[in-house]
Amino acid sequence: MNPVLAVDALQKYYGSKAAVAGISFAVGSNEIVGLLGPNGAGKTTTINMILGVLEPTSGTILIEGRNVNSDRSQALARTNFTAVYATLPGNLTVEQNLRFFGRIYDVKQLSARIDELLVQFDLKALRKVKCGLLSSGEQTRVQLAKALLNRPHLLLLDEPTASLDPSAAREIRATIRALALHDGVGVLWTSHNMYEVQDVCDQALFLSHGRILLAGNPKTLPAEHGKASLEDLFITVAREPLTLEVQ
Amino acid sequence: MRPNRVAAIVLRQLDLMRGSPARVLPLFVWVAIDIVLWGFITRYLNSIASPGFNFAYTLLGAVLLWDFFGRVMLGVTTAFLEDVWSRNFINIFATPLSISEYVSGLVLTSISTSLVGLAVMMVLAMLVFGLSFFVYGMMLVPFLLVLFLFGIALGVFACAVVLRLGPASEWLVWPVPALLSPFVGVFYPLSVLPAWMQFISRLLPPSYVFQGMRTIVLGGRFSGLTLLWGGFLALGYIALAAAYFVHVYRYAARTGLLARYSAESAA
Repeated sequence: MNPVLAVDALQKYYGSKAAVAGISFAVGSNEIVGLLGPNGAGKTTTINMILGVLEPTSGTILIEGRNVNSDRSQALARTNFTAVYATLPGNLTVEQNLRFFGRIYDVKQLSARIDELLVQFDLKALRKVKCGLLSSGEQTRVQLAKALLNRPHLLLLDEPTASLDPSAAREIRATIRALALHDGVGVLWTSHNMYEVQDVCDQALFLSHGRILLAGNPKTLPAEHGKASLEDLFITVAREPLTLEVQ
Repeated sequence: MRPNRVAAIVLRQLDLMRGSPARVLPLFVWVAIDIVLWGFITRYLNSIASPGFNFAYTLLGAVLLWDFFGRVMLGVTTAFLEDVWSRNFINIFATPLSISEYVSGLVLTSISTSLVGLAVMMVLAMLVFGLSFFVYGMMLVPFLLVLFLFGIALGVFACAVVLRLGPASEWLVWPVPALLSPFVGVFYPLSVLPAWMQFISRLLPPSYVFQGMRTIVLGGRFSGLTLLWGGFLALGYIALAAAYFVHVYRYAARTGLLARYSAESAA
């Protein structure tokens, strides 16, 4: 079966400096892949390239077989994302934002879909509130609602639970897991919360200096590398990448 | 091109205007003030000049046409600046929205906002200062069309400049109409300009509009072909501006400027 996302030999150089130095990976339907690594490892650069807002130096990105660089609109039609650094316009209400992006994604029966998402993310009472007036947790929920508007086949989540309280974060994790399990969504998830990654992800990719150093099941990876926990493994990757086997 | 996506850009502007006097008032207040100011100036000039000549047709008509041009240009750029101010580029450009759909949305927004300004100016000029548009005859429509096309071209170009240079460069955009006005002869014939300025004037479509307007008001014959040339020039500028916007967008995507726009630099 074709993966939802196939990244091959992806590179991004700024002059001679490599932000992403030739990574390859795939995300299948029903699969949640964690993209982990210290700050500056290349996670956001990778996500920006998949979203088409950053042009790779070389390599290919295929979303359901469509090349993001040459067939951008088609490739992104069933893709969506949420990121802590991409808040929705604060001068539009929750509903106006969802309607705006719903129109861009050409969502059928948009009003019904918005109602559905407002209920799902407990946003009904905030429908007419401007996004700039929401708490960071509420804004995250609106961003997630926007990310699901077009029933994406590929969902890119850049630290989606970073500003949520533990209870809300647990609910979001359950929602995303259910999406992957029942709706066949492929998810690429970045997080600095290793417990979350172990809980949610089917596969984890450790990035350091733009390269994938490790890949595997986050539940078994620590033991495979002689570490007690995923957090210990993360710290090793961040501090001593050369001690680990390069992909 | 998907009409739904173009409509999204336009309807978003309407959402922003709803309940926002700071966005609605500039659509017509500044141009209305201009018409009032120049309306009284023409009244005064008519009272001291030799009878029979109505300054309203040259001065007030010129102000109206020039303000319309300014509203068209700023209509495009203001719609674009909403995405700059709300740091919305990643959200917008990580969608299936194409550049042509986005720019078309900006242009449609400008059409609707500039028509509001034009309507207010025409009503004021006619009802308060007795400016009759019949003086210009059928040429009024192509006059407005040429100014509209050039306003769109300049608006798209200004958006590309802001995209390339960063949010602070919006201050370069606001005075553009004022910068051009001496060259296009809004209030005087181009023959009063020095040769180098006349050369630039001939490259600017509004010059042909104001030259034609004055010729008609003074009872001369104005060739539609001259205005047609102005129209072709304006269309050429639209093509150049669109190409430049696409070029800057690709540069911004290649260098990372688009993803880190608030930094104003990719390096």
